[in-house]
Amino acid sequence: MGPVSSAELDALRLSLEVATRSVAFSLPLAVLVAWILTRGRFPGRTLFDAFVHLPLVLPPVAVGYVLLLMLGAQAPLGRWLQARFGIQLPFTTAGAALATAVMTFPLMVRAIRLSLENVDRGLEAAARTLGAGPLDRFLTITLPLMLPGILAGAVTAFAAGLGEFGAVITFAANIPGVTRTLPLALYTAMQSPDGDPLALRLAILSFVLGLAGLLGAELLVRRVRRLLGR
Amino acid sequence: MLRVSLRKRRAEFELAATFAAPTPGVIALFGRSGSGKSTLVDMLAGLLPPDEGQVELAGTVLTDTRRGIAVAPERRRVGYVFQDSRLFPHLTAAGNLRYGEKRARSIPHSIGFGEVVDLLGLAALLHRRPHELSGGERQRVALGRALLSQPQLLLLDEPLAALDVARREEVLPYLERLRDWLSIPMVYVSHQLEEVLRLATYMVLLEEGRVLAAGSVG
Repeated sequence: MGPVSSAELDALRLSLEVATRSVAFSLPLAVLVAWILTRGRFPGRTLFDAFVHLPLVLPPVAVGYVLLLMLGAQAPLGRWLQARFGIQLPFTTAGAALATAVMTFPLMVRAIRLSLENVDRGLEAAARTLGAGPLDRFLTITLPLMLPGILAGAVTAFAAGLGEFGAVITFAANIPGVTRTLPLALYTAMQSPDGDPLALRLAILSFVLGLAGLLGAELLVRRVRRLLGR
Repeated sequence: MLRVSLRKRRAEFELAATFAAPTPGVIALFGRSGSGKSTLVDMLAGLLPPDEGQVELAGTVLTDTRRGIAVAPERRRVGYVFQDSRLFPHLTAAGNLRYGEKRARSIPHSIGFGEVVDLLGLAALLHRRPHELSGGERQRVALGRALLSQPQLLLLDEPLAALDVARREEVLPYLERLRDWLSIPMVYVSHQLEEVLRLATYMVLLEEGRVLAAGSVG
């Protein structure tokens, strides 16, 4: 195995960037959706729940394709984003982050939802009798008590986002330095006749990164739990 | 005066309680478990809407279903000490005490932080988290937290029920102190006759959702 190449560093850097942006983008939305699914009582809730979990069961390529249909240069929404804000999503790093966010969204919502279900509503009632209104209660009681779940959701989604392949390659293509993340670089290396050593190094890198992510998540959650006295 | 006339149909029974008790003082709601005490207290706090009825405290209407009045719990200024203390686990004892105090900033304070800490002997506990406190200590902090929200009525729902005899004896003197030193009316829910006889100035006897008897104690 040769020295670390710039292609590898590019792929690593891109994977980290894509995963970070996807988590930053989807986290507030995931908290909101988890809230609606846990506390909301409205017709169509089951359907909404299923819709949120759809990326877990769909082929990632199908998700990427749907995104392309919605946000591509020919689609009305894509054209509007381009004309109004100058935002182009397909074939960009931001697009890769969006595709990753959609794919990891259900994982994040599940973790956050679990923690919200565990929040003792009696504590919220107590805060109410102490003069806290709805938003106040959410920010000072519910949200801090959900923190372990929010962190777990964020780190799990981050770790999973590092390796998202199908949706990214379909929606954002495989452009070196722009959307060629670790798994895409690995795939590309495997396709080239003399790419085996590179492919092996990238596979090991992915493995180490994933393991570190999961271990980091566990340690972080334990630490926050201790802070919360549990 | 605390004037209460409330009706609530629950799955197991129907609560229909009417009484008028002098304030300040400790009004004991006494009865077996399942007699409707907790339902009644939740309605006094505004956490549970009655099917119909009124609650009036010292001339202020808190609930009146006929006139569509239902002051929200967060604006009712009714302190609530729960059986299971319900301290916020992510805050220290001091953080819990300050929680209600901060939100009562616009209300003229009748009792201050230092006074509550002295009255309830909390000085050594302030930096501890709820899970580092004993059951009795937790109830004292919960009591202080409710007092610092500057309530015009304090509800205590079996605050000693989860404690063993020794712990009860540790908390009871503090409750007697509050009764003797503060002019905040209290509603004290219990199924322990000794507690009621020690603390109450007025007693409401509940059975199966009805008031069997009501009157002054001692």
